Amino acid sequence: MDKRFHIAVIGSGPAGLSAAGRAAQYDQETAQSEPTHVLLEGFNTHAKTIFRYQKGKHVMAEPGFLTLRSPMQFEAGKREQILDSWAESLQALNINIAYNSEVARISGEKGDFRIALQNGSEVLAENVVLAIGFQGNPRRLGVEGDAESDFVMYQLDDPEEFKSETIVVVGAGDAAIENALGLSAHNLVYIVNRKAEFSRAKEGNLNAVLAAINDKKKSFYCKYETTVAGLELPAQAGATGAIILNTPEGEERIECHRIIARLGAIPPRSFVESCGVEFPNEKPDAIPDLDRHYESNVPGLYIIGALGGYPLIKQAMNQGHDVVEFIRGNEIKPADYPLLQKQFRLLPYAMDAEDVLDLYQKRVPMFRRMNALSFRELIIESNIMISLDGADYDEAARERDAALSEEGGKLTKLIKAGEYIYRDGEYSNSFYTLVEGTASVQLARGSEPQDLKAGQFFGEMSLISGRPRSGDAIAGSDCILIETPRRIMVKLMNSNDDVREGIDRVFIMRALQSAFSPSMSSEELGQLAAEVELKTFKAGELLYEQGSEGGYLDLIRSGTVVLVQQSHGTELVLSQLQSGDLVGQMALMGTPVRQDSAKAAVRVETIRLNKDQFLRLVGGEPQIIDSLQDSASALLTQSRAMASYPEGGRAINFLMGEGLGEATNALIIDEDLCVGCDNCEKACAETHAGISRLNRASGASYAGIHVPVSCRHCEHPHCMKDCPADAIHRSSGGEVFIDQSCIGCGNCETNCPYDVIKLSYEAPKKPGLLSWLFFGAGFGPGEPNNFEPDPQAKEKGKKAVKCDACMDQPAGPACVRACPTGAAVRLGPDQFGELVAGR
Amino acid sequence: MHQNILRFSNRRYLFVAVGVLLLSVVLYLSQAGGAQPPNGGTWQGYVLGTIGALLIVWLSLLGVRKRRYSSSLGTVQGWTSAHVYLGAALLVVATLHCAAQFGWNVHTLAYVLMAGVILSGFYGIYVYLHYPGRIAGNRLNQPRQAWLNELADVDEEALSAAADCGADVQSMVASAIELSRYGGGFFAQLSGKDYSMVHLPQAEGGGKPLPNVEQQEVIKRLAKRIPRSNKRSEAAALDELLTLFSRRQTILRLLRNDIRMQGLVKVWLFFHVPLTVALLAALLVHILSVFIYW
Repeated sequence: MDKRFHIAVIGSGPAGLSAAGRAAQYDQETAQSEPTHVLLEGFNTHAKTIFRYQKGKHVMAEPGFLTLRSPMQFEAGKREQILDSWAESLQALNINIAYNSEVARISGEKGDFRIALQNGSEVLAENVVLAIGFQGNPRRLGVEGDAESDFVMYQLDDPEEFKSETIVVVGAGDAAIENALGLSAHNLVYIVNRKAEFSRAKEGNLNAVLAAINDKKKSFYCKYETTVAGLELPAQAGATGAIILNTPEGEERIECHRIIARLGAIPPRSFVESCGVEFPNEKPDAIPDLDRHYESNVPGLYIIGALGGYPLIKQAMNQGHDVVEFIRGNEIKPADYPLLQKQFRLLPYAMDAEDVLDLYQKRVPMFRRMNALSFRELIIESNIMISLDGADYDEAARERDAALSEEGGKLTKLIKAGEYIYRDGEYSNSFYTLVEGTASVQLARGSEPQDLKAGQFFGEMSLISGRPRSGDAIAGSDCILIETPRRIMVKLMNSNDDVREGIDRVFIMRALQSAFSPSMSSEELGQLAAEVELKTFKAGELLYEQGSEGGYLDLIRSGTVVLVQQSHGTELVLSQLQSGDLVGQMALMGTPVRQDSAKAAVRVETIRLNKDQFLRLVGGEPQIIDSLQDSASALLTQSRAMASYPEGGRAINFLMGEGLGEATNALIIDEDLCVGCDNCEKACAETHAGISRLNRASGASYAGIHVPVSCRHCEHPHCMKDCPADAIHRSSGGEVFIDQSCIGCGNCETNCPYDVIKLSYEAPKKPGLLSWLFFGAGFGPGEPNNFEPDPQAKEKGKKAVKCDACMDQPAGPACVRACPTGAAVRLGPDQFGELVAGR
Repeated sequence: MHQNILRFSNRRYLFVAVGVLLLSVVLYLSQAGGAQPPNGGTWQGYVLGTIGALLIVWLSLLGVRKRRYSSSLGTVQGWTSAHVYLGAALLVVATLHCAAQFGWNVHTLAYVLMAGVILSGFYGIYVYLHYPGRIAGNRLNQPRQAWLNELADVDEEALSAAADCGADVQSMVASAIELSRYGGGFFAQLSGKDYSMVHLPQAEGGGKPLPNVEQQEVIKRLAKRIPRSNKRSEAAALDELLTLFSRRQTILRLLRNDIRMQGLVKVWLFFHVPLTVALLAALLVHILSVFIYW
């Protein structure tokens, strides 16, 4: 084979097929006698990865907003249909595919690449398109005994093979979910998710797996926030072994017949590097740097599909199509180009949207090393905001209004220069990145505003702590911001270490800044921020123990910590501390022996400083030490005050046990005042379409404090995890509410640990108060508890209902305002001390 | 943080009520030395009467405000606090208005109804301030439903334990459970009296059901049987039954107490509200007749 091809495509997955298909189309159009392209496939079939999918697997066509651009057909459907349609296209387009041609080495340069195959032959090509996917070696469990065996499997060909077994599926991606669901028809299945949510799963899988977990009749269980600690291999073939899991509740052993680990795969990086392609860092999941033509640092060598960082089929196929156009010198726009254009429309650039995208990525250090395509996705999911003044604003506003009726995509957001982006105390949790101009941001409540410049970001405090904004942010004139929703940012931080580390670093710097206000330079502070340790504690874990000697203090990043003291056989609660508070500073200022234990009331994240780092931070500055000593003294006084009312401390312990450590706004009833009239429930129902969102009588009580079953608007709302319709939001006032787009899937009901969400039909309309009062018409306020939904309501189906803290009621929470005896109040954790004082 | 209705807002409405009272007393005293003795017919009497009538109308509007759940006109607690203080003041205002002239007529009827409303209200304040704490203390940090659930569980366990015993024990246990009483009619609820019964088999001297106050009849019989039982398995089952019945005793007592106190907290409204409606009617007649027979 010494013929030189114009394009050699390596790998016949969706990307490679599409690229080869497009090249074949050109060959047909130009009536070539010999193909100018070749498609090299290492196996004896095309689309090996999809071929290996389970029989009958439903293949999805995410992302939905994107249109397909490829000579090959593709729409959501069964694995077999998709493979068949591609086989037909291979024939119809006359694609020059060479099976069993595994590539061993690529050498040469643009115009003259030499592709050496494992079978010894060589292919010559002017351009090479690498579409070899991500399916190198599967990622292993990383514990002893994790070699592939009958007990530990990294691939599941046919779920029907196994019946009446206990099977543990490890992983939370689409493959793990699909395997687990496939197996659950005939087996008892556990799915082990190292995170608290299925953030990487496609929408359809997400719905299906949550439905299975919710289904009480199904033997399908999920272990969240769980990692694999060890394996017990079966003694002989056919016997059961076990898996040891590290769960938030402690270690757990599950006896099982087999383990299916679907932890993704490590890219065939060494092969790609041997072709001369450079990777940005040493991380195992790093992806090569590509320009927007998908060309790598080796001219003429293009990388598309999963290896380029985009694992979705449709995106990969579009890239396959586009890369051939680029190679042929056609400057076409990607399929999502119109969405970008619309987002950038009101910006004062003459530049093309693609160039704006490039520019923005280069502007922000944290995003610079991100894959260009992931950055593209980030921008498409975010809002672009521009601040303008005077006539410019008015003109842009007119343009915006004119564009309101256009469908699809988001238009640039406008803000007047000098206006608040957010205010102190607001509960918004979007993340802002400045790409042009300045914004004046208070990094801590009451601190001097700082002018942030292009490339810097803000809003990370609320993103991480779940607490309200501390300090204001004001738009400068002509500044341009990327406003990224929390959901997208969380996903990005989970999948991109650079971004997570970048945000963490700045978070730490600013947290240290606001906690200690040191006078060190920002370089020194940055240095320190890189050194300190980030710690995570599960509910109930100790940050440190009484009596131990401590050489560190913790600055709380999120969650609530209680200080408890064992004294003469009883446990006294001394204090409860929230994000932004210091824990354990006494050990660095007074005696090193801990006088109390610090216990995480909910999941807690902290920044840990050792003595050396602490001293560098406060380094001989008397006023900082003074103020730290003052606040330490205040804490001690407050602790003793609480310890002197042991019952109060026990009441705090009770509140923490009820999960109120993560509350921001909880309904608390004083049992010494509550006469049980249920006017709170009636008020709730009457102000919320006839359905009460609180249940006064149920819920726990202690020392006259009653915590009714009602939403407490958590710092990091559990209900917001895994809402497929993205219908749950947090208002700027902190109220967590469900909007009209709820599809009634019940995920939030399942995810809420406090049982405060229920699914309900719409309640029937009621007569006016006076006609009920005087003429007995229909049901009165708050009646009846169990209504019969009318047929229209049944047609609409059940939807999730929960407390919205009466965000639409001008007068405030109806439950509290309707209480005739003053028993009902709404509180945040910072008021618990006052609540229990003197009890 | 939590304030009761009397302490609400630093007793703001107490001072308002005292103000109304002072004004009324001054008005009353200013009748001295007039052409006629103090009564409802002097101009001061009319003013006092008007104040009283307006108070009555406003006081009864609490029933409307309480159900206007979106209202931003103060909180219901504030209204209730004012209702209490101004309602108490009304008793004095009305007495000064009529100058304690009573007779067998519609005017005195209105006064008596008003006094009934106010006195029932005083009782209401008493129970509102004293009973919630007692009710909570009695419930031992669990909602009533949790106790009902536990009772149902205990009953089920008792029936299954009884299945290991003779037919007579089975029938006694089943009947004791069936005839256990808590709540019931108006007086049963408020008295908290235990009307539980048990129907014993003929051999046990039964015929008519016997009172089973505090489950004592069954406990007594179980205790009597345990040392005399022949089979070890039956003794164990009887032992378990004894434990379960003393638990039932506790739960049933707690529930009766809960119902009794919860009833006391509510029952006064059954007087307070209808009397108010009657008062409004009598007041209307009183005012009309005064104007007609002027």
